[in-house]
Amino acid sequence: MTLEIAFFYLFAATAIVSAVMVISSRNPVHSVMFLILAFVNGAGIFMLAGAEFLALLLIVVYVGAVMVLFLFVVMMLDVDFAQLRQGFLQYAPIGAMVGGILLVELIMVAGSFLITPEVAGSSVLPLVEGVSNTEALGLVLYTRYVYLFEAAGLILLVAMIGAIVLTLRHKPHAKRQDIAAQVGRKREDAVEVVSVESGKGI
Amino acid sequence: MIPVIPLGHFLTVAAVLFTLGVFGIFLNRKNVIIILMSVELILLAVNINFIGFSAHLQDLAGQVFALLILTVAAAEAAIGLAILVVFFRNKGSIAVDDVNVMKG
Repeated sequence: MTLEIAFFYLFAATAIVSAVMVISSRNPVHSVMFLILAFVNGAGIFMLAGAEFLALLLIVVYVGAVMVLFLFVVMMLDVDFAQLRQGFLQYAPIGAMVGGILLVELIMVAGSFLITPEVAGSSVLPLVEGVSNTEALGLVLYTRYVYLFEAAGLILLVAMIGAIVLTLRHKPHAKRQDIAAQVGRKREDAVEVVSVESGKGI
Repeated sequence: MIPVIPLGHFLTVAAVLFTLGVFGIFLNRKNVIIILMSVELILLAVNINFIGFSAHLQDLAGQVFALLILTVAAAEAAIGLAILVVFFRNKGSIAVDDVNVMKG
């Protein structure tokens, strides 16, 4: 058994165990922590497969940003999680049945697939020796897949605007600066010249 | 360069993770946060499949697609959590059973 295989087994076992803990943990904060562990081990598997850029991206973007977002939401919402666990095992049998069937099917496919030699010989983007993973990915991402890249950027933009629009809340009592009203203000609206006759009040 | 790790290993790990994600959706039917985490697990399993095939076929296209899946998954998590926060503000709970008040 080579070192790579040993590390693969280590990462795979840790990822699977932490995935089990994600779905069975009592406390959602622990679930998020185990999800972080699962993603870090997934990054290890990516690294072993030679996808270094994606492995680091998974750690930086997923663990660094998305999981922290999850953690924020879990800690910010004051939810009675014990009450949400009512009927926890009620759906376990049907879930186990569906999951078991799915797993058996997938393992059967994984154990008996066959890649025809024509397909195996003709890669779309063959890996070149001596070119680093990041460089090779960059060379195709900005040329051949530039439209997909721009579409991904557009999806992120839509997601950002959507999240802001959804969660933005105007408080009626908060005092805000209204720049349009400020700029559009005229002298006549604000200042009034009153000529007061002497000896009389206004 | 011959791939060090056989493709079947990747596919098996991905299958187990995918199944655990589906099982988690069934198990935590009331808790939207855990359901979102299960969806993230499923997407991780799909990415492992892409990377495994990319390594086996010595083809970079799988990694490009995994990158795009990561983008979509991040957007989905952000939108899902935003909807969750708005729903919690309106209802004071995140139970899935309460979501059906939104139906027309």
